[in-house]
Amino acid sequence: MDASLSTIPPPDGLLIRVEHLTKVYKLGDFEVHALRGISVEVKQGEFLAIMGASGSGKSTFMNILGCLDIPSKGNYFLEDVDVSRLSRDELARIRNTKIGFVFQGFNLLSRTSAIENVELPLLYCSTSNKVRHQKAISALERVGLGDRIHHYPNQLSGGQQQRVSLARALVNDPKIVLADEPTGNLDSRTSIEVIGIFQQLNRHGITIILVTHNPEIAQFANRHVNFRDGKIKSDQINPNPKSAVEVLKNLPPENPEDEL
Amino acid sequence: MKVVNILVSSFRALLRNKMRSFLTMLGIIIGVGAVIAMLAIGQGAEYSVKEQISALGTNVLIIFPGTQQQGGVRVSAGSATTLTENDAQAIMNECPAVRYISPGTRAGGQIIAGNLNWATGIEGTGADYLTIRQWPIAYGDFYTEQDVKGATKVCVLGKTVADNLFPDGTLVGQNIRIRNVPFKVIGVLSKKGQDPMGHDQDDTILAPYTTVKKRLTWYPYLRQILVSAASVADIPVAQNQISELLRMRHKIARYDQDDFSIRNQADIVATATATTKILTILLASIASVSLLVGGIGIMNIMLVSVTERTREIGIRMSVGARSKDILAQFLVEALVLSLLGGFIGIAFGIIASTLISDLAKWPSIVTAFSIILSFGFSIAVGIFFGFYPARKAAMLNPIDALRYE
Ligand SMILES: Nc1ncnc2c1ncn2[C@@H]1O[C@H](COP(=O)(O)OP(=O)(O)OP(=O)(O)O)[C@@H](O)[C@H]1O
Ligand SMILES: [Mg+2]
Repeated sequence: MDASLSTIPPPDGLLIRVEHLTKVYKLGDFEVHALRGISVEVKQGEFLAIMGASGSGKSTFMNILGCLDIPSKGNYFLEDVDVSRLSRDELARIRNTKIGFVFQGFNLLSRTSAIENVELPLLYCSTSNKVRHQKAISALERVGLGDRIHHYPNQLSGGQQQRVSLARALVNDPKIVLADEPTGNLDSRTSIEVIGIFQQLNRHGITIILVTHNPEIAQFANRHVNFRDGKIKSDQINPNPKSAVEVLKNLPPENPEDEL
Repeated sequence: MKVVNILVSSFRALLRNKMRSFLTMLGIIIGVGAVIAMLAIGQGAEYSVKEQISALGTNVLIIFPGTQQQGGVRVSAGSATTLTENDAQAIMNECPAVRYISPGTRAGGQIIAGNLNWATGIEGTGADYLTIRQWPIAYGDFYTEQDVKGATKVCVLGKTVADNLFPDGTLVGQNIRIRNVPFKVIGVLSKKGQDPMGHDQDDTILAPYTTVKKRLTWYPYLRQILVSAASVADIPVAQNQISELLRMRHKIARYDQDDFSIRNQADIVATATATTKILTILLASIASVSLLVGGIGIMNIMLVSVTERTREIGIRMSVGARSKDILAQFLVEALVLSLLGGFIGIAFGIIASTLISDLAKWPSIVTAFSIILSFGFSIAVGIFFGFYPARKAAMLNPIDALRYE
């Protein structure tokens, strides 16, 4: 299993292939069709923005991509591995090594310092204490939080907490970072700063799939997928995505209270 | 996940809720402490019973009249019709493995000395009684073979009787009246303490069995014959010789039962310790109920903890924790609680049993066995009661755990 998981991506760079994915939630005798047949392919190195009305199935889709949930029907191939055939433990291993997840609500462990939150994924794969520590520090430095490593979540601003969760997502060098409304709780400036980090990661070859309600944010992605009623309504390439660095330069100077 | 890391995160989780962790542990502490203390007290009782029985004297055999099957040390009086002085004489003459012999009978009654009186038992014995029982005289003399043959009215007082009848002390040579028969006091026994049944062995009067028979009971047979074998190795030999001799003298047919019984030290110790063993088991099982209750406390808290930390479980799963990692984490938390509780409980139990034995003047013995037992018990409690909540946590679906409110 491990061997096939670590294969080099196919020559065409295809990372994710999803075919006729459906998800039905059963609530008593009542059925909710959250996904009604999603088929999509994502190549290595893409920066994908998923948009759509509330309840259109975006989060459901992301959770399946992140191996947190399983589809009712359809196939999901990650690097040509049929994920739907994997056991619980194998799914855990994929979450651990291939995928980094960033949630709208951060999902950090409270009363646990930033560095320990970031170290969490490394606890579940064999890493020496020293390497784990170093990796966590460098991940926090990558998101610009090198000076906050011993702070607790309740001592950090929303933007900083989201950076911690981003650092946690990338500490294990994932192939993909999945972000479900990562900027939903942030002001526009902080949002753009966080998106900047995504863009930077993307330039290093990490595939990014991001859910957002904000069309401004979607402008930073190079592909737009629109969901409606559990189906894909449109799927377009964004020919000239914005650069977060450029946008930040043109914004008025930073609010001194918001010390990022 | 590495064991060290699991331990670290378990300790953190428990320290986060110090008060709750402590209260949970308290159940185990009390349980283990109670088991240790109860075992210590039970085993102390067992030990002191053994001590007291061996104080009866070594190499001692006691022959009782009547068939004796019930396992009690003392025979019921109803069947006491078959031992005679001639039997005793024959044993002395014909059993080479027997060294000393003391025929015995018994009476009870009111004893009067001057204007004081005291009710107690009068033990009629032979002249070798104290030699057999290895019971020294404190002062005065013991009666001789001549006194026994002549049925003289002399007696020796136990310490308790002496203290009650002669508070001033000077008593050798004084006269007392036992059921209106005058006896001359010739000596006082050294203090012996309680026997295994809790009787005060010093609350007794010894007199020649011939005198007791002739003056007090008028009962023609012996209640018992006390015999000492030449050595410990001779005990079974003596027992066989006596048995054969008595069967012959009592004309008992080949397959018929003995009409007497011979008990040796080992028998008496076995019977008496069997009783105290039951006591120990009883005490310990009552105590282990509290250990069980402590275990249920752990389970309760772990279940609450799993519910409370469902999101944490979801977060851990979302970054790659497998079911067994979660299982291990919660199981280790339960184990840490029960082990820590076990350690403290052992200390608590040792202190408690020392206190009890000091206050109740009752010996207590904490054995390695009882420590290992209760420690093992608390590990088992931790695993047993920790497993269900831990498994419940481990079997959660990642997304359900993450979404849990
Ligand atoms: N656990 C669940 N049980 C039942 N129904 C669910 C569950 N999760 C989602 N749904 C339903 O599935 C549909 C899609 O939900 P989903 O969370 O994917 O929407 P979304 O596109 O992420 O919406 P939003 O933009 O508001 O986050 C909704 O109608 C929702 O009610
Ligand atoms: Mg959503």
